[in-house]
Amino acid sequence: MKLRLPNCLVLLLLLITLVTLAGCHREEKLPFRLTDVSGHMPELDFKLTDDHGKPVTGADYRGKVVVLYFGYTHCPDVCPLTMAQLHVVMQRLGPLADKARILFVSVDPTRDTPPVMHAYVNAFDPRAVGLTGDPRDIEALSKRYRSAYTREPDGKDGNYEVSHSSAMYVFDSKGAARVLATPADSQDDLVHDLHLLLDNGNPT
Amino acid sequence: MKTQALLFLVTGLLLTGATHATEAEHIRASHAWLRVLPGDLPAGAYVTLENSGDQPVTLKGASSDAYANVMLHQSSNEGGMSRMAMVDSVVVPSHGTATLAPAGYHLMLMKSTHPIKPGDTVRMNLKFADGSTLATNFVARPANAVDAGN
Ligand SMILES: [Cu+2]
Repeated sequence: MKLRLPNCLVLLLLLITLVTLAGCHREEKLPFRLTDVSGHMPELDFKLTDDHGKPVTGADYRGKVVVLYFGYTHCPDVCPLTMAQLHVVMQRLGPLADKARILFVSVDPTRDTPPVMHAYVNAFDPRAVGLTGDPRDIEALSKRYRSAYTREPDGKDGNYEVSHSSAMYVFDSKGAARVLATPADSQDDLVHDLHLLLDNGNPT
Repeated sequence: MKTQALLFLVTGLLLTGATHATEAEHIRASHAWLRVLPGDLPAGAYVTLENSGDQPVTLKGASSDAYANVMLHQSSNEGGMSRMAMVDSVVVPSHGTATLAPAGYHLMLMKSTHPIKPGDTVRMNLKFADGSTLATNFVARPANAVDAGN
């Protein structure tokens, strides 16, 4: 005797499977203090070169909670301040910070070669990674998160500045965009939200 | 007649004396520090200026033997964009304070004449509108410092 499922039951099973699958992809709601962007921004994805000169993609940072920030090394004031503040945030997270990465993406790839980026990010925090690469790939990543940057006219000595978005984007360990932070936000709130993401799903 | 002339003279001398104090003489500088970045990347220098005088004092810039180029700048963050612009001057109000601090006014240091490492002291001459200068020692701090550290 062969068991034959009625067509409607097959359909129902299929539907349940689909709903469950969709549910797996939806992030758990967390009580963030900063701007919650869960489901409103694309997952972490890029094709760049890290500060060791190694080609990397967004998938290489799965398993880590990521803080993404756009800047450039010839930025004397705001970029170093942001990186220094992120270093303080990492210190405040204690051992949990080992599961986090600061991705510093250069908006000035002409001057920011991997060796320059390497010396730069390491001056701030051991968990900071410098990313540079093809200008088109950097632009693609910037556009993906509605970030922007503009090269300002050269000064008389040939030096130039790059105006750039000041936002920081936080991704969970699965690469989903979760939180948007601005320089005006409180450091306590950023520590709080990163703590939520680092504790979550990683019972220690 | 003679007395009046003398009075004029004395008053004149007193007035000259009163205005003789330079802008720099009314300024006390504190929390002076600069950020050391790897390589020879441009760095920011910061300081708090206190004006004890009855007149506003105008900072025009600074110079240092340690850097080929020192510029007065201001960072801003409008519409979510970080920008930096050169400024002509920063006014220290009378009996008030002006702060050069990260993400605001700063001295941008370029092309160091010798390697500078955290812990070093860098002497800079702050320049004021009347031409007076104030020699100030800036403490070199590591890249990931957020303030003067004291
Ligand atoms: Cu500047």
